[in-house]
Amino acid sequence: MEWVNAIIQGILIGGLYALFAAGLSLIFGVMRLVNIAHGDFIVAAAYLAYVVVAATGLHPLVSLVIIVPLSAVAGYALQAGILNRTIGDDLLPPLLVTFGLSVILQNGMLELFTADSRKLDAGLLDIQNFNLLPGVNIGYMPLLMFVAAIIVIAGLQYIFYRTSLGRAFRAVSDDGEIAQIMGLDNRKIFAAAMALSFGVIAIAGVFLAVRANFDPFVGPSRLIFGFEAVIIGGLGNLWGTLVGGIILGVAQAIGAQIDPGWQLLAGHIAFLLVLAIKPRGLFPRIDG
Amino acid sequence: MSDTILSLTDIEAFYGDAQALHGVSLELAAGETLALIGSNGAGKTTLLKTICGLIERHIGAMLFDGANISGISPNKIPARGIALVPEGRRLFPSLSVEENLLLGGQVDRRGPWNLGAVYELFPVLRERQHQPSTSLSGGQQQMVAIGRALMANPKLLLLDELSLGLAPVIIKDIYALLPRIVAEGMSAILVEQDVTRALGFADRFICLQEGRVALEGEPKAFTREQISQAYFGT
Ligand SMILES: Nc1ncnc2c1ncn2[C@@H]1O[C@H](COP(=O)(O)OP(=O)(O)OP(=O)(O)O)[C@@H](O)[C@H]1O
Ligand SMILES: [Mg+2]
Repeated sequence: MEWVNAIIQGILIGGLYALFAAGLSLIFGVMRLVNIAHGDFIVAAAYLAYVVVAATGLHPLVSLVIIVPLSAVAGYALQAGILNRTIGDDLLPPLLVTFGLSVILQNGMLELFTADSRKLDAGLLDIQNFNLLPGVNIGYMPLLMFVAAIIVIAGLQYIFYRTSLGRAFRAVSDDGEIAQIMGLDNRKIFAAAMALSFGVIAIAGVFLAVRANFDPFVGPSRLIFGFEAVIIGGLGNLWGTLVGGIILGVAQAIGAQIDPGWQLLAGHIAFLLVLAIKPRGLFPRIDG
Repeated sequence: MSDTILSLTDIEAFYGDAQALHGVSLELAAGETLALIGSNGAGKTTLLKTICGLIERHIGAMLFDGANISGISPNKIPARGIALVPEGRRLFPSLSVEENLLLGGQVDRRGPWNLGAVYELFPVLRERQHQPSTSLSGGQQQMVAIGRALMANPKLLLLDELSLGLAPVIIKDIYALLPRIVAEGMSAILVEQDVTRALGFADRFICLQEGRVALEGEPKAFTREQISQAYFGT
């Protein structure tokens, strides 16, 4: 039962990794932009939640109704104001700029919030659980996280394949030049995609903050989990990203079960194994 | 004289430092079909792209429907009433047939063309509407590319090498439908390697050679030799 328990907890954590990864996957799919600062923006969203909760006394999950729109607006502005200038045939400028943003964000958060680690209190949700099988207890919070990941990915999938905005996302990504002469303003479409990505970042940030301690420097490690989930699942495939997150979570849980020191290593090994066997990930290619 | 819909004066266009057009001028009347011919690299595609705002570095005056279109951004082009069927079709591979058509129609200009009208013109597309555009044959893909441009209800349709890579019998079918496509006062510029076919269809032609106009006029005003000399520059 210990093993079953470990695997189930691993699956649930996989949902969080998928949340870290979904925004990354979306942005890469639409504009071939790799956002190195993605993890730091998640941490920034966690701090934003911290401030909002401290100021209003709202439950962290309820604070999402404020944080998600704020974050989306910030994402739109970031893309329209800065990142659109870096987008072109060359992949390097956006990498460099987002790397710079990552450094700025980490140090900015250090100035504002110090290096002390914080956590958001989700009250009873944090501690309550139910008994699924003998020896297997499911916490409400991890379960909620997993359900949130599924809802987020299903929502993104819906937007991508069932709405005119999603049609525009795909068209711009396929052939930006022709998309323009169909009347699409690529820059606005990119900004909308970034807004969506930042909406997901906000959700990931709040869950990050309720699940564990965070400080200004945990972003890059979240970014790694996100990257690994995206690549295991296959670039640009949203459901694949969820599967990637789950594989990562389960590998870590199994590693930790063998020896607590192996937790992270096991995740990276699983990632490398998938990459060695299927270099393009398990489910490459976007399909509707 | 009928109204001029498009007027280009001394257009020069550049790719980086390389100049592709060296002072091209042309006038197109409303409802007229102009064949744009010329050998490989003559600048035909470049001229169409310049009209669509896709070549950033260009000089010269471009008037469409009485308004300046030089320097306006390409995404404003369809709303003005210009649509392009690009060389090599360039459908969106991750969009279905119908989504490709809808994307062309999102400018929402009034006119005879909508999904139903396109499906009536090309019935096979209705059967394939939910398939990915890449799963279609070359001829069917060309129909989607034409339909996608028509969905914008353009006043000026730019057709770049409709016959590229298609079997002769398919080319014949598509050309048989052209009169229905460029009907109702629509103007068109038809770029084509197959000179005989293009001249047979068009009211007037322009032959480009290395980015310059080498010959222009009505097809019947010239002999084959004169045209082929302008074409090959011999
Ligand atoms: N993207 C580009 N970058 C640099 N030069 C280009 C580019 N596209 C075209 N050219 C050059 O511009 C000139 C005109 O090319 P263009 O494509 O307009 O010719 P075309 O008449 O359409 O030829 P084809 O019949 O082969 O389609 C050629 O010398 C070509 O090499
Ligand atoms: Mg060409």
